[in-house]
Amino acid sequence: MSGKNMEEKVEQATNSKNISLPVSRVRLIMKSSPDVSCINQDALFLTTKATELFVQHLALSSYKNGSGKETNTLSYSDLANVAEETETFQFLTDILPKKILARDYLKSLEEMEKDDENL
Amino acid sequence: MAERPEDLNLPNAVITRIIKEASTCPLREARRAISQAASVFVLYATSCANNFAMKAKRKTLNAGDVMSAMEEMEFERFLQPLREALEAYKKGQKGKKEASEQKRKDKEKKSSSTDENDKSRDEEEDEHMDDEQEGENEGE
Repeated sequence: MSGKNMEEKVEQATNSKNISLPVSRVRLIMKSSPDVSCINQDALFLTTKATELFVQHLALSSYKNGSGKETNTLSYSDLANVAEETETFQFLTDILPKKILARDYLKSLEEMEKDDENL
Repeated sequence: MAERPEDLNLPNAVITRIIKEASTCPLREARRAISQAASVFVLYATSCANNFAMKAKRKTLNAGDVMSAMEEMEFERFLQPLREALEAYKKGQKGKKEASEQKRKDKEKKSSSTDENDKSRDEEEDEHMDDEQEGENEGE
């Protein structure tokens, strides 16, 4: 599937009349933010719509960047990679950390302890 | 207030549907990650929009704040589709409001006519009422 076709499909999906995400859930998340008291109905709608656009944008960018093109799949590592490499997705690096093998992690821990000892 | 951490997540089924419309097949882990990313996005956008509202000394978040937040977060690509969506939404809301007002008016008319049929004692008065109404209609 060519990239252009995919973009057209995403655009069509975005222009569909029904928003899929539940507004009540979005409101719940918004209200959990400190200092937020009242939310205008239009603001709530816009946030819901923006989140939908964001999900599509994230999925599309990760897919384009990723290794699953032939199998038409999206994997976690595609997402983690795009979070690290794209400036606009940097705020996601904490919740989409790159995976490393346990042994590599333990190795780096050991090295850190050695450095501390040397100091 | 959310009682459990899962409550802050957007439903998986909906997330999957949105991603599927982009024609990719997300693996389960990716789906969950995208769902969490979406929640974080809402929080980030809300706090950004709230900053704009506080600067303007307002307590209520409005549409303009959300748009400014999108710019701040470098998601300008969303601005145009969001504006169009908001217009369509407002039109829809206006249509709904008018439709519900029309329904209410129709209901009132109906209820007044059923009252006439029930009470025979008030028949004369009702006839007078009918005459009055007809008079009004003619006037229009």
